[in-house]
Amino acid sequence: MDAVLLARLQFAMTVGFHFIFPPITIGLAWFLVLIEGLGWRKHDETYVRIGKYFGKILALTFAVGVATGIVMEFQFGTNWAAYSKFVGDVFGAPLAAEAVFAFFLESTFLGLYLFGRERISKGAHWFSILMVAVGATISAFWILVANSWQQTPAGFVMRNGRAELISFYDAVFNPSTVVRFLHTMGAAVTTGAFFLTGISAYLLLKGREIPLAKKSMAIGVIGGLVIAVLEVMPFGHEHARQVARTQPEKFAAIEGLYSSTKSAPMVLFAYPVTPPPELKASIEVPGILSWLAFGDINAPIKGITDFPLSNTPPLWLTFVSFHNMVVLGMYFILVMAYAALKLRKGTLWTSTKLLKVFLWSIPLPVIACQLGWMAAEVGRQPWIVYGMLRTEEGVSISVSAGEILFSIILFFIVYAFLGSLYLYLLIKKIKHGPDPASSLSSNFDQAKEVTA
Amino acid sequence: MEYLQITWFILIGVLIIGYAVLDGFDLGVGVLYLFNRKEEDRRTSLNAIGPVWDGNEVWLLTGGGALFAAFPPVYATVFSGFYLALMLLLVALIARAVSMEFRGKIDSPRWRSLWDWCFALGSILPALLFGVAFGNILRGLPIDIDGSYLGTFLSLLNPYALLVGLLSVVLFTMHGAIYLAMKSDGDLRSRMTSIAVVMWIAVVVVYAGATFVSTFVSPFLFFTILGDPIFWVLFVLLLLSVLTVPVWLKSKRYFIAFLSSSTMIAMMIALSALSLFPRLVPSTISDDYSLNIFQHSSSQLTLTVMLIIALIGVPIVIVYTVFVYRVFKGKVSIGPDSY
Repeated sequence: MDAVLLARLQFAMTVGFHFIFPPITIGLAWFLVLIEGLGWRKHDETYVRIGKYFGKILALTFAVGVATGIVMEFQFGTNWAAYSKFVGDVFGAPLAAEAVFAFFLESTFLGLYLFGRERISKGAHWFSILMVAVGATISAFWILVANSWQQTPAGFVMRNGRAELISFYDAVFNPSTVVRFLHTMGAAVTTGAFFLTGISAYLLLKGREIPLAKKSMAIGVIGGLVIAVLEVMPFGHEHARQVARTQPEKFAAIEGLYSSTKSAPMVLFAYPVTPPPELKASIEVPGILSWLAFGDINAPIKGITDFPLSNTPPLWLTFVSFHNMVVLGMYFILVMAYAALKLRKGTLWTSTKLLKVFLWSIPLPVIACQLGWMAAEVGRQPWIVYGMLRTEEGVSISVSAGEILFSIILFFIVYAFLGSLYLYLLIKKIKHGPDPASSLSSNFDQAKEVTA
Repeated sequence: MEYLQITWFILIGVLIIGYAVLDGFDLGVGVLYLFNRKEEDRRTSLNAIGPVWDGNEVWLLTGGGALFAAFPPVYATVFSGFYLALMLLLVALIARAVSMEFRGKIDSPRWRSLWDWCFALGSILPALLFGVAFGNILRGLPIDIDGSYLGTFLSLLNPYALLVGLLSVVLFTMHGAIYLAMKSDGDLRSRMTSIAVVMWIAVVVVYAGATFVSTFVSPFLFFTILGDPIFWVLFVLLLLSVLTVPVWLKSKRYFIAFLSSSTMIAMMIALSALSLFPRLVPSTISDDYSLNIFQHSSSQLTLTVMLIIALIGVPIVIVYTVFVYRVFKGKVSIGPDSY
């Protein structure tokens, strides 16, 4: 195998594994801001206990996320040295901003949130989880700025053999930044909502901590319904419209539009085969894609065969990942909407089947995130910077295929071990349940003494 | 025009110093970990660094990010050149990060012992590699006219670099011992104090040896600095901090001893940086191929934008970092939320 393919595989594996964790932490952090805030303002210990329970899950997930995230920043230089030289002038500033504005904030205040409950006032403690959530969100923003710039580069000129910044504003707010950020944040909060509801459903099914679990379940269902709807409409929809305008090859690939046509159909189901590109067993609704993308049922859209073959992304993976993501997105809305109805009627707590569905749905938003990321990044191929630099031109020339293979094996072993341990400890923490109220009230008194 | 590059050279130096001073003590606590056999001492060690180690490690990330942003060709050359060494460093940092989180999750001696080893090795390896990387840069790397690194992984493990690696291990161990002495009491405190003194002797011997060897390995480092007044200021500060560490330890003024050992680390790095200036990485093939701050920087606009980001962001970071250290000041107490 050649070094370029190995470097891509290694990067895909390490980013893919890392990207399991940030959506969970970002989503949970925002729900914890809400829960800890309720506990603080309402002087209700139940919310504090929910906060402690999910705070432990946040801490575990955060640790693995940070540990695997450090790898990412180094890998631009290790695997993609030529790319780093090419983009450094533009790409560096967002990364530096991420470190200065986000990494310090989230890691410092997470320490305060986890260890400081008895050392600082309740207001300051709530502020620390707020700063964790804000930090994680700023972090997502800046890394997505860098990613968006790779997809839709702007605000630069080609000079001295590299992309040089001419407008920081244009580079940061390039055509895909805002929609990508909203869509990714929506995905993260949806992930958090399914963690909250799934784990609460587990407690309800086991008949443990019923009053506590009802509260966390209700927060998760209401928050989850709102975000699951927003995630598709407008966030997902606007993101797709942006791709249709700025990266037409990617749009054709993910939507399965293989020949140019007026009133392009929306493909609901199909199995793509190549060559020549063709959809088998497809179910299509005519005109809908043109209408969704350009607001006109008769709008012409370019198909994949009208682009030079050397500029088109892989078709099967982009189509399959994108469509499965959309299916999952619709499923999230349905489950949350149905649960919200039952919550209103007061029958949610006794719907064993629905609660089981919630329990088994915990990993689904994580899978949806991975699929969306695949569609976005594989759809960008063969470019590492869309239209500017090809992926094979970005690789490190001083690193041999053997060295990359060694690091793939090394990271595969470490990550397989880490992933299994994470799952094992996560399940253990969930099964352990919230700590009993009695030991907590003494901490409460202690906290009062400290803050008094 | 050139002020921006010089500013970023200094800022990256400050970030590296920040990393060495802050993560230095928690790596040092990790190195000392295997010598602390009692479970109680181990938990005290972990909880002494528990609330802060994550923020400390961010200095490394920020240093890497700033190098990427300000001097992209240098970042590209060094990071691809140090490929396997960096992969090992990353695995060590991963092992270290998760072991603290994982160790207390299951109440079994074998489980804890597994993670204790991961934690200790995951601390020793970064402490060693920090010095090895520094040593290789001071020695110079085989870099050709295109800025490509021509050496191998094994050529990074040369005797000079390993000597500097040894220096960083003993330096961080001393720093960690002083920190732990400050955060503990009784038997643990007195043992940490004597370890700190032994390590202090080791640091003085190894630093003197490394400096002597440097005059043969990298004579270019000494060409200009001896006439530079900044050199003498840094050198006097280094001497003062080196000499006062054992004095403060003897009089049990641990916090001031910790400040002295922080100054010591800072001055050692600042002196190396000054001797490299304006190079970031010297080339052993020809000094014309050395990566320097004037020819290998980002554009003026990028450097300006980042300076604004740093001027807004860094004071905020310093304010809340100091706040969090104040919240957790004093001796470690083990409570319900501890490791």
